[in-house]
Amino acid sequence: MAEHTGPGTRDVAIVAFGQTDHRRTSDELSEVEMLMPVLHEVLAATGLKTSDIGFTCSGSSDYLAGRAFSFTMALDGVGAWPPISESHVEMDGAWALYEAWVKLQTGEADTALVYSYGKSSPGSVRDVLTRQLDPYYLAPLWPDSVALAALQAQALIDAGDTDEPALAGVAARSRDAARANSRAQLGGSVPQGDYVVRPLRTGDCPPIGDGAAAVILAAGERARELCARPAWIRGIDHRIEAHSLGVRDLTDSPSTRLAAERAGAFLRPVDTAELHAPFTSQEIVLRKALRLGDEVTVNPSGGALTANPVMAAGLIRLGEAAARVHRGASDRALAHATSGPCLQQNLVAVLEGDPR
Amino acid sequence: MSNAPRHSGKEPVAVVGIGQTKHVAARRDVSIAGLVREAAQRALLDAELTWADIDAVVIGKAPDFFEGVMMPELYLADALGAVGKPMLRVHTAGSVGGSTALVAANLVAGRVHGTVLTLAFEKQSESNAMWGLSLPVPFQQPLLAGAGGFFAPHVRAYMRRTGAPDSVGSLVAYKDRRNALKNPFAHLHEHDITLEKVQAAPMLWDPIRYSETCPSSDGACAMVLTDRAGAARSPRPPAWMHGGAMRSEPTMFAGKDFVSPQAGKDCAADVYRQAGISDPRREIDAVEMYVPFSWYEPMWLENLGFAAEGEGWKLTESGVTELDGDLPVNMSGGVLSTNPIGASGMIRFAEAALQVRGQAGEHQVAGARRALGHAYGGGSQFFSMWLVGAQPPTT
Repeated sequence: MAEHTGPGTRDVAIVAFGQTDHRRTSDELSEVEMLMPVLHEVLAATGLKTSDIGFTCSGSSDYLAGRAFSFTMALDGVGAWPPISESHVEMDGAWALYEAWVKLQTGEADTALVYSYGKSSPGSVRDVLTRQLDPYYLAPLWPDSVALAALQAQALIDAGDTDEPALAGVAARSRDAARANSRAQLGGSVPQGDYVVRPLRTGDCPPIGDGAAAVILAAGERARELCARPAWIRGIDHRIEAHSLGVRDLTDSPSTRLAAERAGAFLRPVDTAELHAPFTSQEIVLRKALRLGDEVTVNPSGGALTANPVMAAGLIRLGEAAARVHRGASDRALAHATSGPCLQQNLVAVLEGDPR
Repeated sequence: MSNAPRHSGKEPVAVVGIGQTKHVAARRDVSIAGLVREAAQRALLDAELTWADIDAVVIGKAPDFFEGVMMPELYLADALGAVGKPMLRVHTAGSVGGSTALVAANLVAGRVHGTVLTLAFEKQSESNAMWGLSLPVPFQQPLLAGAGGFFAPHVRAYMRRTGAPDSVGSLVAYKDRRNALKNPFAHLHEHDITLEKVQAAPMLWDPIRYSETCPSSDGACAMVLTDRAGAARSPRPPAWMHGGAMRSEPTMFAGKDFVSPQAGKDCAADVYRQAGISDPRREIDAVEMYVPFSWYEPMWLENLGFAAEGEGWKLTESGVTELDGDLPVNMSGGVLSTNPIGASGMIRFAEAALQVRGQAGEHQVAGARRALGHAYGGGSQFFSMWLVGAQPPTT
């Protein structure tokens, strides 16, 4: 087994991944009802029961659910009886996976269940996300997520890093890839459409929808018992940038680059990258920061441009990358998750399969 | 880190810096960023470290509705010196302050980072927490009017089950409010408090009187956690973590014991096992436990194994939990005197650490060697605890 390239001293792998069908609405389902089949899917894949799991960690947002402590009802669905060792981050599930990875590093647990979910359909997610901006200087202006991404896209165009046809190309490639992903919300030939916020057109933006995902982590030999080809986490790291867009270079993502360095992503080439880029323009930024060439298969799942359940879309990138390692479609994959306006916070993991 | 040698076992975790704000009803003089930075800077000052010495930041708070900011850690990254660093945001209901400290401790214990800043806060004056907790949710049991409406029936169940006299709750409130007078950071400083005044206060959620409930506070608490090498450089005595655990159980289910939840018992048992404690009543010198309504002191004394079932109220009534008793509880004045909700758990953890560092000032328990910090949340379903000692752990 290859040596670790980043912090952490224990071999930990993703051994199972499950996700819902991502849909525009799920009116007939509560968050718990949406989540339950996914939890059962990953447990069944490994043959584990809830009581076998050493640590459970989830990611979700009260602001999406429209109520305080929304994660408590999801916990009821997990079946936390007898009581379980459990935690929750108010972040994308990718960071819940990170917390679980840290827990496994301490040796206090050998397995972990990680899940996250988000229903954007009950509200206007563009408006909701304005509430995560600086509450004194920015949020009162209600700049929405598409408008902020458009600022970033325009900065890229002005810098000569991309143009509208190139962005349309990212959209087309992603939707074409999603033809092979039965879970995706949007696939096939999707028209670029009109401007939503110039220079971003409908096709440059992610679909709005509901969904959930779950992953099981296991350490050492336990991973080999649970999965024929575990996706070993060779390195994982995350970094945050300043919040104010005015002090950032929106055409670059230094936090992604630093996280990738710390995760050992640049030590050897990856064959696959699952990037959490809800907007076409953000893929341009991430490819640059991660130095990904045309030889790397980017977002074979279709990525967040084809299914973007907020709070779960990052975890899904890790899960999709791991699933490709599981089935032998990748030997070394990079997975990325993001949070905050214009890629403010970024996580990078490097996953590898055992040599075949 | 790429050539770091592999170790077996966990890295010992030390608390080398603690900072709190003066907790008050409304900090109108500072922004949310200003509030958290104040606590963080005090923790750094205590540890004699700078922002550059911090490898990662772990922040916690209760529901985002309490300030009306979604995922506020994004906006707080600058104020907490986190730019270019990892930043995690924990939310586990009322236990979050404790859980946040434990997540930070794991980063050190798992040798992912050497020195971590952890912080929890609430700026309750930005909104109204009681109604923030009471948003109607279709097809789910309402929480009624805030947390008190939820917990009062469970207090009544405890009284019925144990036959405890009605006065026990008022004794807890009277003790905690007097302890708060010795803690300069406490929110409530009721210099003219008497037991008669506590007992004459209006009934709010029967059997809980207004005087037996926690206040709404603005405040933040921060700690610097580090490894053995960091502790060796500490200018002041560190507090060493001897055990830490979280446990969760569902909100409601047939057979749930709201008076003494199994998750609380299991969590305490895990911490005692890690710390090698077999008789908590004898081996633990001081306890900071999460008591938002007075009666939770006797209830948790039983749940945490300090008293046999049905006997917790007798410890309170006989003065055992007073500052000069043989098992002092909530020396700082507790949640009953200070409640910035998301920070309340971390304040318990930090106050336990202050005791074993010998730095609790006027509310110091003489010779405290081992202290327990405890937090709970949700419908008595989320628990987080740690046990800290003046000496490094031996195992």
